[in-house]
Amino acid sequence: MSAQVSPIDEVKSTPWSGGRSPFNVEYGKMMMWFFLLSDAFTFSSLLIAYGALRFSSNSWPAPDLVFQSVPGLIEHGAPLVFVGLMTFILILSSVTMVLAVEAGHRMAKKEVVKWMIFTIIGGFTFLGCQALEWTHLHSEGFWWSSIPTDLTEYFHKGAPLSTTYTHQFANLFFTITGFHGFHVFSGVIINIIITINVLLGTYQKRGSYLMIEKVGLYWHFVDLVWVFVFTFFYLV
Amino acid sequence: MSSEPTDAHAEHGEHEGMTKKRIVAIFLYLLGITVVEFIIALWLVPTGYIPIQYANPIYIVLTLFKAFLIVAYFMHLKFEKIGLALAIIVPILFIIGLILVLTNESHYWVDLRV
Repeated sequence: MSAQVSPIDEVKSTPWSGGRSPFNVEYGKMMMWFFLLSDAFTFSSLLIAYGALRFSSNSWPAPDLVFQSVPGLIEHGAPLVFVGLMTFILILSSVTMVLAVEAGHRMAKKEVVKWMIFTIIGGFTFLGCQALEWTHLHSEGFWWSSIPTDLTEYFHKGAPLSTTYTHQFANLFFTITGFHGFHVFSGVIINIIITINVLLGTYQKRGSYLMIEKVGLYWHFVDLVWVFVFTFFYLV
Repeated sequence: MSSEPTDAHAEHGEHEGMTKKRIVAIFLYLLGITVVEFIIALWLVPTGYIPIQYANPIYIVLTLFKAFLIVAYFMHLKFEKIGLALAIIVPILFIIGLILVLTNESHYWVDLRV
């Protein structure tokens, strides 16, 4: 028998020749990516609808006038300070999540637990801040289909006051930040469940901390959405 | 069944992309970009150095750059197989279509409202 193998009998080893995942990721992680893709479409639909309504309006409540307080500390004249703090907290909790994933690669259970707990604290702090912000806006009269009676302080000088567009702003703001906050909340719950599993030694037994990566993807996505919400509600 | 742990293990080779140093570097980039956005919003626009119609595209470019940093490094997509990266990024391009359609639609709404 000659040692030569005819081309047709050669075992192919390219990514797409079968027998293994061409993407080289575990099933659950790939499905998490596709879930996040669908969620990205949901959030972009909401944000693009907001954009279309806002750009077809002739006057819109000015973000630096609507969001100019730090609840409980400064009532007026501190535009974007509180939301800046919220953004910082969420980015920081994203960083602690990457550190948890990194510790997972080294199979360092204690470090994973430590960073996961920091991530959960970050998530709860963000939710607390959002609750304060909502309460503050609610106390001024903003809510779903509800706006303050005096609108002068929410529009720049010279811009026409519009109850219609303020209604649209209030509805869109609470719907979109609420939908995002709901994602943060579910993310925190998932993080807590996974941390309990880590403490029980589930992933140590399994031989890999891949589950931390999967919930990490979700958590970063929540941060990613906030980056867009922050830009389109607070800056533009 | 038995292939799962080996699969998970085989991936470890691919995951050496993020060291602690790199994580901190990306964090500082994200923080820096946010600080730049704040400087534009709180100082450059109110004092008139940058007109608001130029500031908005700048915000959007900076936001997209932040999104790239988060997806590529924190979500690790830069270090995955190109097939997976394309499977996620190419469908995102449909969003551009939605933006174009609704921008066009919003022009029509302006006419309706007059």
